[in-house]
Amino acid sequence: MKILVTCKQVPDPEIKIKLNADGSGISTDGLKFVVNPFDEIANEEALRIKEKLGGEVVVCGIGAKDIATQIRSCLAMGSDRGIHVVTDAKLDSDSVAAILQKVVDKEKPDLVLMGKQAVDDDMAQAAQILADKLSYPQAMYASKIEINGNAAVIVREVDGGLETVEVTLPALVTADLRLNEPRYASLPNIMKAKKKPMDEMTPADLGVTPAPKVRVVKLVAPEARKAGVIVKTVDELVNKLFNEAKVI
Amino acid sequence: MSVLILVEHKKGSLVKASLNVINAASKMAAQMGCGYNLAVIGSGVGAAVAAVKNVGATKIYVADDAKLSNYLDESWADVLTAIAKASGAKAVVGLASTQGKAVLPRVAAKLDAGMASEVSGITDNLHFMRPVYAGNLNAEVEITTEIKVASIRGTAFEPIPAGAEAAVENVAVSIDPNAYRKKFVKMDEVVSDRPPLTEARIVVSFGRGIKAKENIPIVERLADTLKAAIGATRVVVDAGMIHNDYQVGQTGKVVAPDLYIAIGMSGAIQHLAGMKDSKVIVAINKDEEAPIFQVADYGIVADLFQAVPEMTDKIQAIKNA
Repeated sequence: MKILVTCKQVPDPEIKIKLNADGSGISTDGLKFVVNPFDEIANEEALRIKEKLGGEVVVCGIGAKDIATQIRSCLAMGSDRGIHVVTDAKLDSDSVAAILQKVVDKEKPDLVLMGKQAVDDDMAQAAQILADKLSYPQAMYASKIEINGNAAVIVREVDGGLETVEVTLPALVTADLRLNEPRYASLPNIMKAKKKPMDEMTPADLGVTPAPKVRVVKLVAPEARKAGVIVKTVDELVNKLFNEAKVI
Repeated sequence: MSVLILVEHKKGSLVKASLNVINAASKMAAQMGCGYNLAVIGSGVGAAVAAVKNVGATKIYVADDAKLSNYLDESWADVLTAIAKASGAKAVVGLASTQGKAVLPRVAAKLDAGMASEVSGITDNLHFMRPVYAGNLNAEVEITTEIKVASIRGTAFEPIPAGAEAAVENVAVSIDPNAYRKKFVKMDEVVSDRPPLTEARIVVSFGRGIKAKENIPIVERLADTLKAAIGATRVVVDAGMIHNDYQVGQTGKVVAPDLYIAIGMSGAIQHLAGMKDSKVIVAINKDEEAPIFQVADYGIVADLFQAVPEMTDKIQAIKNA
């Protein structure tokens, strides 16, 4: 079983993101980058499948030189090798999918596992676009994956409950929060990861010229909520809800 | 030229937020100087079609076919794309639900179109406003392709008012449901007598302060008194205290009720991303430093195990009076 996992670098979601001084982007003061948490869950799931069925887990990241750190942290969790598509270009979901399509064509995995969204731009599109370009069946928002021969049974977290679908491999699955809890990389594995193979290539090497269809014009800070009042008693609270806010 | 809206329904009954999506789409259509059409896809969708008959759409394309009795992202995407092409759609929009968000990017790919997700506003020059970084910032995005695809946040727009009646056109469905290498197995629905989280006027939501599953009835009693929906933070969902369908936040549901009562939760940015557009926010937390108080209109620093039952009793007493 060969599994391709994606890895996007995102700002640490625990840090409150602010606009930079001229509003042209986000402030990089004190900013720290991590692997997109949903990609980490996808990586963990790929490792669990491999531990059960054998095979190989390949991690692909797209971005500037420095994102190699994030690919290495996926390797430190136990993935076998990395692919770094090096580019400084601003990519949209469609161009990411176009690049990944070429990587899939090259690697021919049985399963592509991605995070259900990246927590920076929250677009949540690249996986579906990729699945469509590849004519793969897709199962988004997986909370359980079971491989049965050349099929996968997936439980999906959807509005209103849990949906179960069965896809024939190769297929594309995206990881939701409850799929698993990613392991921490041990120090020996972090050291080992430094020696694991990592292929570097450019979009041009893959025959892709990124042509984004979506462009961020600007970022703005949302209107802050006005400060509220702290009430002393439940009586006062109930009174205000009935008579001041009139929401009950 | 026209705008096409995917109307979401659940086994033929309209998902109400579709009306908000139609409203957003009507604004796009007005800017583009064209009309808007609706697409209703599924099997046995008569009630949903009837529910959107009088909202000012030019046409309702109805793909009602036994081949569509089980929902698949792939078949929906194919049928919607076919309707988009047949109707000359220059924009295709739908609800930013788990269904819309799974289907629409595939449609965008098929139409070679750019897409904006979770759209919360439309500018005068047809750019799209959408939250990024867990709602810490808003991005204005431009879709540079001729056809534009968008998933719309229902909470960011009002429902469309009643309007002219649409003509209905039945669409022949030519897909082969067995060609997708995917089978629907089953749907385990969350059964609840309470209003759906994303449609409720009042939401009573709780976090880790509730401590244990056994204590949830405290919250339920308040919700029942207010005829409210129940929401939860990621932490309590992860702890298995409540089903994931109740999770509010960046990666759960986005709600904007008239009243949001946040009980025993710190107010992590990921949670705020899902509820900060509520009209009135109440926070009940014994930690006065909790960030939730910074977004609350009314806060009370108190032990929820005392405050919530007291609040329930007092509201009940006023309602009884």
